[in-house]
Amino acid sequence: MLGLKLKLFDHYFKLITGVMRFFKKRNLILLVLLIITSTASYASDGIPVDSGATAWMLTSTALVLLMIPGLAMFYGGLVRTKNVLGTIMHCYVAMGIISVLWVIVGYSMCFGKNVLGGIFGWDSNYFFLNGIDDNIMDAGIPEYVFSMFQGKFAIITPALIAGAFAERVSFKTYCIFIALWSIFVYNPLCHWVWASDGFLYNLGARGAIDFAGGTVVHISAGVSGLVAVLFLGPRRGYPYQVIRPNNMVITMLGAGLLWVGWFGFNAGSSVASGLSTAQALTATQVAAATGALTWIIIESTHHGKATALGFASGILAGLVAVTPAAGVVKPYGAMIVAMLASFICYMAIQAKNRLGYDDSLDAFGIHGVGGMIGAISLTFFIRKSWMVEAAAVSGGTWTIWNQLGVQVLAVLIAIAFAGGMTFLIIYLLSKVVKLKSKEADEMAGLDRSYHGERGYGLLNPS
Amino acid sequence: MKLITAIIREVQLDKVREALIAAEITRITVSCVSGHGQQRIEEMYRGQRIVPDLIPKIKIEIAVNDSFVDITVDTILKSAKTNGIEGHVGDGKIFITPLEECIRIRTGERGGSAI
Repeated sequence: MLGLKLKLFDHYFKLITGVMRFFKKRNLILLVLLIITSTASYASDGIPVDSGATAWMLTSTALVLLMIPGLAMFYGGLVRTKNVLGTIMHCYVAMGIISVLWVIVGYSMCFGKNVLGGIFGWDSNYFFLNGIDDNIMDAGIPEYVFSMFQGKFAIITPALIAGAFAERVSFKTYCIFIALWSIFVYNPLCHWVWASDGFLYNLGARGAIDFAGGTVVHISAGVSGLVAVLFLGPRRGYPYQVIRPNNMVITMLGAGLLWVGWFGFNAGSSVASGLSTAQALTATQVAAATGALTWIIIESTHHGKATALGFASGILAGLVAVTPAAGVVKPYGAMIVAMLASFICYMAIQAKNRLGYDDSLDAFGIHGVGGMIGAISLTFFIRKSWMVEAAAVSGGTWTIWNQLGVQVLAVLIAIAFAGGMTFLIIYLLSKVVKLKSKEADEMAGLDRSYHGERGYGLLNPS
Repeated sequence: MKLITAIIREVQLDKVREALIAAEITRITVSCVSGHGQQRIEEMYRGQRIVPDLIPKIKIEIAVNDSFVDITVDTILKSAKTNGIEGHVGDGKIFITPLEECIRIRTGERGGSAI
């Protein structure tokens, strides 16, 4: 009996060592292959990696991701105590859902070649990012980096909408909504504006100017938020019940993170590391500062006090407005654009309070309105070199009025498309599941109803 | 004069407050408290069940003249109860204590008219 066991053991031992030897050989071959492929600094099509540009784009990718926790804190601080985690989760869950969707179909729909008459793009190589493993783009950066960079924009856009209908949507249905919205609104719009064969990219002499997402990100999110709010109706008790922010401190921290992250958002959108990056970065900084100052000056004259939330709102208004403009305006242009945006966003929020629709955290008032102001007013501050090139491309003259027409058209298309599609999505979704919370859930708060947690310890209700 | 102290569920605060306002009882003090009664709850953190020893509740304090005691108590009873007429363990309690004096700080007024 013992002999048999020993024999069996011997047999197994031989088998195992045999298998290990086989794998060792294979590993060696794999290692050699790996060394051969990785030591070559050229990709299959021979474009060298520009390590400077790649390093900046990697940094920008991380910076834009930082904006999402920033937005979560900004929004999270502004709601009532019982909804703080639910509101933060609206942003965080977008990082999960949209990242996955982006890899599967998003990148392909946005940056593939025109299909179905250019409604969106498609490229089977981009499906699951399967065929871009060793692609180096013309800009000298690996396509993975560009794809991930763009993916962050796709994440933040639906998260922005959450500010409009904060404190009153079911978590599960929200997840379905942002997935659908990303596929049917963001991806087509992104394709039109940023893909090299998108129709807005090729509108007019040098295309509609949307440097970093004024139409794609801010107008689309703002308008969609407004449509959603009008469809869903206000929060329970609005506007009679006083709804106060639970923690202005995290709101201010969030606004700060957004400002920092915006450097990746705007300066990264040059997809380079050079002059255009520096121009965008400078425009971003002066716009944020001017926007914030303008807001507190208006506020102090109007109400007598400069509020922290006012300063934060001004930062955002300035940044949103300079987003489409950062690539084409000089610092003075960025300042005027930001000033205009702060002023008009302030008026829009005053108007909201009179009109009585419940855009809880002013996703439309700041992102929608600010995006429109930026995309249109940038026309008057485009640097000369750009206009000269545009004239050369159009084969004669190209005036700011020509470009204004292009900009207005692009804005109107973004408004109509985002608004119409969002209505359609919510309308069809409402036939199956309700996006709006049940009254009892809304009263108990999103944290308790959908997450079973509480954000703070004992804190008096606000 | 009586001091009505009610311990209610956090989630019922909005409803109770609205009902009180509808009954024209607007002067109120609200605070977050935690305590232990008959109720037992479970919370989940990273998949782990946690049974808090002290459960968060809301304490409402209302000072009223004697003629308002019944309406106040009835309103709280109706609005703080969950699950229809049945109610649930954990809906809370109401305490009524005699109130010796009430003084309005601004004017120094005393008694019923200061409430």
